[in-house]
Amino acid sequence: MITSFPPFLIFFIGAALVTVTQGRTRSAVLLAVPVLGALNLMQLADGLQFQIQLFDYTLTLVRVDKLSFLFGLLFHIATLLGIIFALHTDDKLESTSGLIYAGSALGAVFAGDMITLFIFWEVLAVSSAFVILARRTEKSLRAAMRYLIIQVTSGVILLAGVLIWTYQTGSIEFGYIGLDGLASWLIFLAIGIKCCFPFLHNWLTDAYPEASPTGTVFLSAFTTKVAVYALARAFPGTELLVYIGATMAMFPIFFAVIENDLRRVLAYSLINQVGFMVVGIGIGTALAINGAISHAFNDVIFKGLLFMSMGAVLYRTGKINGSDLGGLYKSMPWTTTFCIVGAASISAFPLFSGFVSKSMVMSAALEEGYPIVWLALLFASAGVFHHAGIKIPFFAFFAHDSGIRTKEAPLNMLIAMGIAATLSIFTGVYPWFLYDLLPMPVDYQPYTAAHVLTQMQILLFSALAFVWLQKKGLYPPELPGINIDVEWIYRKALPAVAVWLVSLGAHFRIGSLARVQRWLERTFNQIYRHHGPHGIFARTWATGSAALWTTVMLALYLLFYFSGQMENLLVGF
Amino acid sequence: MENHEKKYFLDDPRNVQRVLYVFYFICALSIFAEFFIKRYVDHPWEAIFGFYGIYGFAACTVLVLAATQMRKVIMRKEDYYDN
Repeated sequence: MITSFPPFLIFFIGAALVTVTQGRTRSAVLLAVPVLGALNLMQLADGLQFQIQLFDYTLTLVRVDKLSFLFGLLFHIATLLGIIFALHTDDKLESTSGLIYAGSALGAVFAGDMITLFIFWEVLAVSSAFVILARRTEKSLRAAMRYLIIQVTSGVILLAGVLIWTYQTGSIEFGYIGLDGLASWLIFLAIGIKCCFPFLHNWLTDAYPEASPTGTVFLSAFTTKVAVYALARAFPGTELLVYIGATMAMFPIFFAVIENDLRRVLAYSLINQVGFMVVGIGIGTALAINGAISHAFNDVIFKGLLFMSMGAVLYRTGKINGSDLGGLYKSMPWTTTFCIVGAASISAFPLFSGFVSKSMVMSAALEEGYPIVWLALLFASAGVFHHAGIKIPFFAFFAHDSGIRTKEAPLNMLIAMGIAATLSIFTGVYPWFLYDLLPMPVDYQPYTAAHVLTQMQILLFSALAFVWLQKKGLYPPELPGINIDVEWIYRKALPAVAVWLVSLGAHFRIGSLARVQRWLERTFNQIYRHHGPHGIFARTWATGSAALWTTVMLALYLLFYFSGQMENLLVGF
Repeated sequence: MENHEKKYFLDDPRNVQRVLYVFYFICALSIFAEFFIKRYVDHPWEAIFGFYGIYGFAACTVLVLAATQMRKVIMRKEDYYDN
């Protein structure tokens, strides 16, 4: 028997090695991790493995089936692309946190139980925050802190849900949950935060565009796709997801059309694409689930490609706002070409990858009797072509010539973009390689004359609308400025209220928020003393429920601790 | 100032216009093709002649006009959150 390892372990060991190496050795370690990881992945047998006993529970570190394998493979490809793209940087912080981030994404999708899932869920949150602040600017640091608070909140909600679920069912297995009862709603909400459900989405468009040109490529691949995986595992066929997904596919495109920061346009577009996946999971038929999963696979590659092309532009010009760019095809022809391949793929042009996956979800929506949702997705398809397919390449590389003359992207960036572009075209031309990996048997033929024709019509006439609006002067020009979103509530309104409360408190000599925090700490300490494992009330408890309530209190404490820390952060905001 | 830079194909507005003419022709062709390609229809809306073309054009126009109006409400200066 050939020895295999849990997939995350190779990444964590790699991350440790990155901290003690430098230069070419470090590059070699970085490249070796996803390659060795993929070889290890091929050796993994199906089923539950690496089980360890923890008190009353059996943790399953690795569960291999078609669903987890596909995401595992995808994350190895994404890591390899991200590493090649970043080879010129030699940034220890970003590389280390990037590998831990990718490793914990692998840990999460292979987790067979919810405790293991929770642990990787939290490592995912913390490591990705470091990827963001590795840009080492004031803005990226603050964005990373906001991001971390939201991600940790997702983890705390997940923990609460898992504990109640375990208490009620006695099982920690991570399988089908479905929306029924408090525990399931908490788990649903925790996944929803990571998945960018409407109103819970703003962390992504806030933080991702603040990372470095290479960091954003890493970020775009993992967090939302772990959430999509978790939804597909725990909530397939949950009808609510159909409407949540349709909303996610629709609303970001309006923001994307008027957004000036082109990486933020892509961030909104990421939510829009995840919307298609969420609809597919909500419909829950074999066709719909296959569509959702295959679209997740394609999206990581073509969205990564688009983020890479914009990263290359930012790296070379130092600019990323549409209002500052234009005419770059003259200096960066290869980057332009790769960007157009990514744009064609996300827009679902025939022979490009989006075409063979997105339409599965749309066909399923019609077949299962959701015509309005289908119209919404069709609207979103036209919209995605508009902002990601046309706007991104047009304003960066064409439009009016900004006069910027720069060099083509470095070779390693071009290689990474070239591989991603090749994969996008390969999947578009020969979808059956991807179809064979899908969790359900595939009975779907993307290349019918009617499908090709209708898709070409919708794309051509969307482009025609763009041309017409441009010529009429109705198209909104790229303007410097930002657009407020849900984040306004916690970046403007709540701090204003808090400042007002603090001033009010000082006025009445009640004291500052720190005093409230100390009071909370005392309260929790007391609860812990009496109700904790050694407390007097604990004698009447079974061990399992004592552990449960202690953890619930610790989770609450964590939440309050973070809200206590908010006071310090408020000064920063 | 003398411009030594290479003249690109798209630098000439006449060439841009030519590209657009080709594009318009392909658009027309895609609608014309509907006479020859039998579309499998899942829903009565799809059966409308040129449905996908009309919907695509209308969707993008509505999207852009609505988003332009949104700007009046949600657009702020770049340093809005800084102070």
